[in-house]
Amino acid sequence: MQSKEAILDQLYVLIRPYASEPIELCAETGLINEVGLDSVKVMELMTQIEDHFDISVPLNILPRVNSLGDLAEQLQQLLKDS
Amino acid sequence: MANLFNKFRSLEETRAGLVAGSGVDPFHVVVERVVSATEAIINGRKVIMAGTNNYLGLTFDPECVAAACRAVSEEGTGTTGSRMANGSYAAHVALENELAAFFNCPAAIVFSTGYIANLAILSTLTGSEDVILLDADCHASIYDGTRLGSAQVIRFQHNNPADLEKRLQRLGDRAGNTLVVVEGIYSMLGDRAPLREIVDMKNRYGAFLLVDEAHSLGVLGQQGRGLAEALEVEAEVDFITGTFSKSLGSIGGFCVSRWPELETVRYAMRPYIFTASSSPSLIASTRKALEILHRSSALRKKLWDNATQLYQGLAAMGFELGPEISPVIAVRLPATVAETTALWNELLSQGIYVNLVLPPATPGGKPLLRCSLSAAHSQAQINAMLDAFSHFKEKLQAHA
Repeated sequence: MQSKEAILDQLYVLIRPYASEPIELCAETGLINEVGLDSVKVMELMTQIEDHFDISVPLNILPRVNSLGDLAEQLQQLLKDS
Repeated sequence: MANLFNKFRSLEETRAGLVAGSGVDPFHVVVERVVSATEAIINGRKVIMAGTNNYLGLTFDPECVAAACRAVSEEGTGTTGSRMANGSYAAHVALENELAAFFNCPAAIVFSTGYIANLAILSTLTGSEDVILLDADCHASIYDGTRLGSAQVIRFQHNNPADLEKRLQRLGDRAGNTLVVVEGIYSMLGDRAPLREIVDMKNRYGAFLLVDEAHSLGVLGQQGRGLAEALEVEAEVDFITGTFSKSLGSIGGFCVSRWPELETVRYAMRPYIFTASSSPSLIASTRKALEILHRSSALRKKLWDNATQLYQGLAAMGFELGPEISPVIAVRLPATVAETTALWNELLSQGIYVNLVLPPATPGGKPLLRCSLSAAHSQAQINAMLDAFSHFKEKLQAHA
């Protein structure tokens, strides 16, 4: 099973191109407020994340995701279940 | 200080910014008087309505109007409650039987709106052990239905069967507990689902398939049953939902299924159980419209003639349109939201009402102007639309 930190490292690489301005990414970084993603960009990013990890991310989990750390935890669980 | 309305401030600021930037408030258009299926009075002047989804123009059909008048005289203005509590009127049951016969299905349920049809079916048919795989461009009623339910919800890329297959593969054994949801014609760009390929996927993985034919009922197919009929895959579609508020010219919704078990689902659907049933006049005009739709394909032919003419005319002017000829014609503009709103108002001032659709409700996040054609549009009205868009094109070039 991948560690949360290993997932976060991969997320930083995937998310960095989507940041509206250069930003230091960490587990506490907010996806919407700090990375500056709008709803269209969130969906583009999710598709990239799904293909990278070869999983489907259910829409149901999105309300529980605020920070990159939250996203990493959800992905870790999905990878465990797949 | 905390206030329930604080969370709406950004929405109000966006609205105020749009009004300030464009000089108009597109969300406060008042139709002062409806003149016909294709004309209305707005801001004191007659306007051609080219954004009503009144595909067959049946809202003023004399037979439909007479049926509604008779029903309101004989059975009153409303039912004042739900069918579960107050009982079904004979006409509700008759319409369900007629829809079942029309679609050659053993089960049909009528709902008070198309929105409620999707809300009820999507929230109830699937449970916490099930999965809904929906096309990313599905209508809000489908998304809202999934939110009311407990199934896992996964999107696949719009009209992309390969992406759907990838996601079915990832589900493994759970694919058999999966409901795939697509639309016959998508409401924003007017494009059709690649339904044969999607049926092939759902068969290969043992999933169920629901097609929302809201914009394709009365529009596609030899008998007007929609995309599934047009592509000859009806026997493999598990559920069809739709609305009475477009081709049938009234208000209401339905679900039909090749599974007789749908009848049992009726008793578990909260949006069905706790909603007042359709009024007698709505049911009466819907039944008459369904009969007209069944009786003749002339209106459908006229609709497609009109759609083809407008689409080809706009394409020749160089507008970026949806991917195929359709009674829904989306014009995508290289302009900001405020500029698009001002241009939309310019069209209105020239006597053409179309739908202004703004992000995030638009595919790709670009603003668009959405036209919907009707069989009732005359040649002169189509010409007037083309003339207005031609002037509009000049304005657009001036903006650029």
